[in-house]
Parts: sequence; structure tokens; C-alpha cells
Amino acid sequence: MIEATSQPAATRAAKPAIERGRLTWGGLALTAHAVLMYLFLYVPITILVIFSFTRDEFGVRWTGFTFEWYTRLFANERLMGAAANTLYVAFASTLVSTILGTLLALAMERYRFRGRNATDALLYLPIVIPEIVMAVALLAFSAFVFDLIRLVTGESLRRNLTTVIIAHIAFSISFVVVVVRTSLKNFDRRLEEAAADLGADSWRTFWRITFPLILPGIIGGALLAFTLSLDDFIISLFLSGPGTSLLPVEVYNKVRRAVTPEINAISTLMLIFSISLVVLSQAVQRRR
Amino acid sequence: MALNPAQDELQRRERVRLAGLLAPGLLWLILFFALPLVVILIYSFMTNGPRGNVVFQPTLANYITLFTKSIYVNAYLRSIWASLLTTLICLLLGYPLALFIVRQPARWRTPLLFLILIPFWTNFLVRIYAWQIILANNGLINSSLDALGLPTITLLNTEGATLLGLVYGELPFMVLPLYAAIDRFDFTLLEAAADLGASRWRAFLRVMLPMTMPGVAAGSVLVFIPTLGQFVVSELLGGAKVDYLGNLIQRLFLRSNPPDWPLGSAMAMVMMLVLLVLILFYFRATTEDDR
Repeated sequence: MIEATSQPAATRAAKPAIERGRLTWGGLALTAHAVLMYLFLYVPITILVIFSFTRDEFGVRWTGFTFEWYTRLFANERLMGAAANTLYVAFASTLVSTILGTLLALAMERYRFRGRNATDALLYLPIVIPEIVMAVALLAFSAFVFDLIRLVTGESLRRNLTTVIIAHIAFSISFVVVVVRTSLKNFDRRLEEAAADLGADSWRTFWRITFPLILPGIIGGALLAFTLSLDDFIISLFLSGPGTSLLPVEVYNKVRRAVTPEINAISTLMLIFSISLVVLSQAVQRRR
Repeated sequence: MALNPAQDELQRRERVRLAGLLAPGLLWLILFFALPLVVILIYSFMTNGPRGNVVFQPTLANYITLFTKSIYVNAYLRSIWASLLTTLICLLLGYPLALFIVRQPARWRTPLLFLILIPFWTNFLVRIYAWQIILANNGLINSSLDALGLPTITLLNTEGATLLGLVYGELPFMVLPLYAAIDRFDFTLLEAAADLGASRWRAFLRVMLPMTMPGVAAGSVLVFIPTLGQFVVSELLGGAKVDYLGNLIQRLFLRSNPPDWPLGSAMAMVMMLVLLVLILFYFRATTEDDR
């Protein structure tokens, strides 16, 4: 009997504790933890940005404000060339991977066919394989193909920006497919049926109904592919040839040596560029 | 299956359309993703020539080397251990953070999530580099200690710095799937558990954790995979003092003189195998909890 009455008492005690939510010690600890985590994520980046304006030639302490490192950066032809190469590779690989990825997403969401599961597996593989494995595989493959070409035609090719673009497309396609498939899944198929009922042929239905509705998804996928290409340096490191430098590879080669305020400055610019891209992609997705 | 000609024609047109959608992308992935993997699979059974060229002479020597030479065995163990530790720490730090975001009022959730997304989209290299400024011998922490008249400490080029960098780099990848899973969780279930007399801790372990397990599994895999193959963090923050898998693979392919592509390929293959086995085990364990 005693036990039976103690049960509701415990319940009464437990319930308001949950309802009060954030006022409890648990809620307070949760908030404190979150504040610490946001500091953990943002303090290093903030310090990086601040120290891109320091006069200190080692770039690790504050000795006064200067824009010098930025002006030096823009005068550095090698880095500017690398930045231009990186943008070119990102635009080219985004264009191709967005088109191929969107077509694949349409096939996967709208058709049932033999080998669909195998295709699905092949599409997910580039996402779950460590990037370094893909990088060495593509390096070995390009060497193999170049050897073959030399044997057959006598022409010796070298790795250049095109090999990097081909590789970036290969790993971006899957990400585009995932994003576009999500927007195809959230799509009301009755709109297409209505268009067909009203006499539109399938081509017209696609361009007038389907395409505008999945466009935010396509743009989202394209922005993701663009960022992936821009930030990638593992595959770029393995696949860019001599004389075709890319910005992340240049930065990697520099930071391996030491901290310099110039790297702080270029990192800050890359940071600002990435943040603009996230803002853009969020704005596009909000329209969905 | 004798269809009338009109239907037959329709089916044929649909098939052509499907082929048109599938062919370009699939061809690209087979040619520039699947085939390269086949190439390193074959290379991993070949012999390395004296000038670092691949000699087409089948051998198991590469795999035997990986499993017998301590430098390679240690690299595997070290990488697996570091990845497990990173995943666990990210999970312990990320779960309460994701829970915090879910419990905020709707208008706060978007900006808070956005702050997690920014590092997610930001160059990994740049984010890791930022820690060099803080941890270096003449860096922020040590110059502060020095200014206070305290002795300086070696922070950069240590194992601890590597782990710190890995957690810092991967945390956003853990938080985002966790947020998605916890957001779907029905919190009234916790009240139901409390009504039935469960303590809050027990309600969390028996109700909330199992129901958010898909997020835990997705986040863990997203953190574990890149960590296993990383070489940048251990190079930039760990000072490349000890070898992780990624460092060895990079060296065998790019830096060694002569390079050893067959051995490097075998390393990559075994790494994928380890990954596959661990992920299968993990998914089996987490889905059993689900039942």
C-alpha cells in the first residue's frame, strides 16, 4: 500500500521539473554547455581574422593595425593566379556536376528500373569513402591512362586543371543528387498530373511545372558542389600537376611551414567568401 | 506480354528517356570513380619497381607488409583509436548542444543552426590553421602566459593538439544530423516516462536516446570516416611526429623517393575494409537498440 501511494507523489514531483525546462539546473547546464561550444567554434576563427590585421610579422600577436598583408596578397601574382584557377575549376565542375546530378536525381526518383539499388549504392559511395582514397585512386588512374595514351599515340600528357575538374565532378555529383532528390521527394506530383490532364505534353510539363519547383533544390545542390570544389585540397593536392596551382594547395604548402600574417589574410578572405555562400544557400532554401 | 502498339511505343519512349537521364552521370561515375578504385585494387597486388614504377607482377607482399611491419600496424591502430575517440567526444559534446538548439523558441533556432552551418561550409584547412596561431610556442596562449610571468608550455605539435583539432573540425558534422533527429523527437514521451515513475536519466536512456539513434549513427559515421583518412590535422597540429594512416598514404604516393604506389594502394584498400566492417557493426548495434 505504501508503495502504491508513493508512486503518484513521485510523479507530481517529477512533472513540474520537466515543465519548468530551462529554469532547472539541467537546463542551466545545457545553456552553459552551448555557450562554451559556440565559443569553442568561433573564438579560433575570430582570432584568425583579428590577426590578419596585426603589424606583427609572425602574425601571432597584436602589435597594431595594418592592411599591409592584404595589399601584399593582392600583389602576389602566384596566389592571385591560384585563386583564379580555383574559381575556374569550381565553376566548371559545378556546371557539369549540377547537370549530371539533376538528371540522375530525376531518374532515381521518377523511375523504377533494374539495377536501381546498385545505382543507389554507387551514388552514395563517393560520399562515404574517405577523400584520400578517392584522391590516390584518381591519381593512379590518371597515371595509368596517361601511360596508355603514350603507348598508343606517343603523346605524353600531364596532370593539369582539367584532371582536377574531372575529379571534382566525380565527387560532387553524389552531393547534388542527394540535394535534388530531397526537393523531388517534397514535391506534389498531382501538379504534374494536373498539367498532363490539361493537355501539356511531358516536355512542357517538365519545364513549366517540375523545373521551377525543384529549382531551389538544384541551386542548393550547385552551391554545395561549388563550395566542395572551392574547399577541396586533398584531391587537388594529388591531382594538380606542376605549374597548375590551386589556392587551397598553396595555403597548405604555406601553413606547413609557419604562421604568417599573409596566410591569416588569405584565410580571412576565404572565410568571408564561404560565409557569403552559406548565406546565399540559406536564402535560396528559405524560398522552398 | 503482348501489348498494343501504342503502349509499346510509349514504353519504348520512356526507356529512352530513362537512359538519357541515367547514362551521362552513371558513365562519369563508372569511369572516374569506380574504375580508379579498381585500378588501385589491382595495383595493391602488384610489385613496386626500383624507380617507383608499378611492375605488373602479382604479389601479396604489400598486404603482408601492412600486417607485419609495426610502422603500418601502429598507424592503423593509432588512426582507428583517434577516430573512435574523436567520434565519442564529438557525440558527448554535440548531443547536448543539439538538444539545446531544439529546445529554443523557433525564432532562435534558425540563427543558432546557422552558426553551426558556417563552420560546416568553411574551409577545413583554414579552421585547423587557426589553432596554430593559438597553440604555437610564440602563440596566443603562450604569450599570454609569458606576459603573466608564468612558464610557457608546449601545446603545438602534440597528440593532444591533434585530437583537439579533429574534434574542432568534425563537431559540426555531428551536430547537424543530431539536431535533425532530436527535432523529430516527441518530448511529451519524456513526460509519459516520468509519469510512469522513470527518473530523468532513465527516461533519457530508455526513451530519448533509442529514438534519436538514427541521428547518433549518422553523425558518428560522418565524423568517423574523414577522421580515419585525415593527414592534415596530425601534420599541422601534431607536427607529423607520429604517423596516421593518411600521412603514410600521402608519403607513399607523393613524397617518398622512390614512391611506392602498390603499398599505398594496399593501405587504402585495407582502410576501406576497416571502415566497412566498423560501420556495419555500428549500424547493427544501433538498430538493435531501436527495437
